[in-house]
Amino acid sequence: MKKKIMAAVMTAAMVAGLAGSTASVYAAEDTITVGFSQVGAESDWRTANTESMKTTFSEENGYELIFDDAQQKQENQLTAIRNFIQQEVDYILLAPVTETGWDTVLQEAKDAGIPVIIVDRMVDVSDDSLYTTWIGTDSLLEGRKAAEWLNAYATAKEIAPEDLHIVDIQGTIGSTAQIGRSQGLEEGVEKYGWDLLEQQSGEFTQAKGQEVMESMLKKYDNINVVYCENDNEAFGAIDAIESAGKTVGSDIANGEILVISFDTTNAGLTETLAGRIACDVECNPLHGPRAEALIKELEAGNEVEKLNYVDEEIFAADDAVASVTAVNSLDEEAEYAVTPITQEIIDGRAY
Amino acid sequence: MKQKKKMTSTGFLLLITIALFIVMYVAGMVIFADKGFAKPQMFLNLFVSNAGLLVISCGLTIVMITGGIDISVGSVTALVCMVMADLMENKGASAYVAVLVALGIGLLFGIVQGFLVTYMGIQPFIVTLAGMFFGRGLTAIISTDMIAIKNELFLKWANFRFYMPFGSTNKKGKFIPAYIPPTVVIALIVVILCAILLKYRKFGRKLYAIGGNKQSALMMGLDVKKTMFKAYVLDGFLAGLGGFLFCLNSCAGFVEQAKGLEMDAISSAVIGGTLLSGGVGTPIGTMFGVLIKGTISSLITAQGTLSSWWVRIVLSALLCFFIVIQSVLASAKKKK
Repeated sequence: MKKKIMAAVMTAAMVAGLAGSTASVYAAEDTITVGFSQVGAESDWRTANTESMKTTFSEENGYELIFDDAQQKQENQLTAIRNFIQQEVDYILLAPVTETGWDTVLQEAKDAGIPVIIVDRMVDVSDDSLYTTWIGTDSLLEGRKAAEWLNAYATAKEIAPEDLHIVDIQGTIGSTAQIGRSQGLEEGVEKYGWDLLEQQSGEFTQAKGQEVMESMLKKYDNINVVYCENDNEAFGAIDAIESAGKTVGSDIANGEILVISFDTTNAGLTETLAGRIACDVECNPLHGPRAEALIKELEAGNEVEKLNYVDEEIFAADDAVASVTAVNSLDEEAEYAVTPITQEIIDGRAY
Repeated sequence: MKQKKKMTSTGFLLLITIALFIVMYVAGMVIFADKGFAKPQMFLNLFVSNAGLLVISCGLTIVMITGGIDISVGSVTALVCMVMADLMENKGASAYVAVLVALGIGLLFGIVQGFLVTYMGIQPFIVTLAGMFFGRGLTAIISTDMIAIKNELFLKWANFRFYMPFGSTNKKGKFIPAYIPPTVVIALIVVILCAILLKYRKFGRKLYAIGGNKQSALMMGLDVKKTMFKAYVLDGFLAGLGGFLFCLNSCAGFVEQAKGLEMDAISSAVIGGTLLSGGVGTPIGTMFGVLIKGTISSLITAQGTLSSWWVRIVLSALLCFFIVIQSVLASAKKKK
């Protein structure tokens, strides 16, 4: 009995092996292999980011992309990177789940001579040479843009700073986006004297955003500004506000609740056009072309900048604020235009 | 006679698990030879990435053999990582103290949960569910921030490598020796010790007897409660140790860490031939269960285009397969 089973299993293995060896296609010599360890597919932003990488590093463009979805777990990413090293990929793209805990595995990549490009969130490592370069968004600048917009808006509508009762639905605690965006708001509170009622994490998801908003609405009856740290949380918060019998909008004086959000996904901007999100600050997910440009530089043997920020815009439901001035993470002050959203803009965007 | 029969079903399940692992790995080596699957390091990476899980799963196997369960292990891991990170980074404790505290936390969970299950007669699922919430909650209370461990001695342990005499040559023709970190050595020692404990020591045989039939074990005059209590204490201790190994891999403390690890551990044990109803299972089988889980995810990463959620789907199919085999075995036993 046992022998029979063993024999059957071994036969199956051989058949699988044969099928596999005939089916496997050997990549051309000049193909660049890129291993990409992505956080997951928790939000529309993340999906757009993945898609951008997949379309950029396509076979037609001369790349082989090995994509791994870590399902929000760092341990999966550590495993994936070790697999990439064994597969001898030419470049590793890492969109880390968390900022810490990368020293060991990045050292292994460095020892193997594989350049690592960090995408989106930053890594906190003891030695900067463990990664080659970083591409991402400036979340602190995003937070500051939103805070400056809120200040300019309140000034334009003649609302006193102490009459702004804000709740902050934070992102996943510890992520770069959460840290930067929360800090942007906190600086605004400090600077202008707004009333920040509470900060709680909505983990960047719609379900959790709704849950947090529901509990906050029960706790406070004077909320008039909701600062959601991504679009998915904003959708949840809007649902919660409406099912509590209140309205979302920008008319604070008449009891409407103003929603500020980040990411500017297609759905987010549609809500902005409908006036339900008052201001949506862009967090550009299209990192693929920038990553490819960096890889081309590295292939040519050139040095690349350590930090690469992608350009980002601000969209608002109305034209009450024309532009805001904010300081980015590199301490450079600049003026950023605020674009009133239209259907044409939404249709013209890639995500 | 009865004892012999039970051992055969354990042996049979173990055989299936090992055969399955070999088949999967060999298939991987053939299909993905160009993706590094044939390299010795690829195989060792199964241990490198899963050292913590291996130790935790061994602990779970022990309580599952008694017919119990422990779903607090993931939270204990997160708590251990957080406490270690907090002690070393914020409280200035040495790495040795942090390790002792980590093991102490595991032991304490084992003692409290073991006491509630055995002496208070509460369902192990409920007790360890409470343990799971408590562990995760406490982790968040210590800190919701990520704490990176930068303690020199700790990082020295984490980055230490035992180089093997064998290895592989890379694309540029350079020879790279295979390696294992200390975590793998510790995990393998734990597996071997547990296997010896269960097979050749009185305590181990008592565990199988209790899991097989609690009533008759009691009538035979075995100290059922004391043995079960010890099983939970050992399980808790191994969860603490596993948490330490997990922490050596991630070098950070964070509240979201090791979420769902208990389910990975349970599924590894089941795939390794442990019966949820108790009485059947071996640490060696569990080790192969962990390796199978690791192989599935390596295969899917190597394939490159499949969504990594397929890991879950394949795992669920394997779980179904093993549960069906187990129930067939159980009903065959009843007929006789």
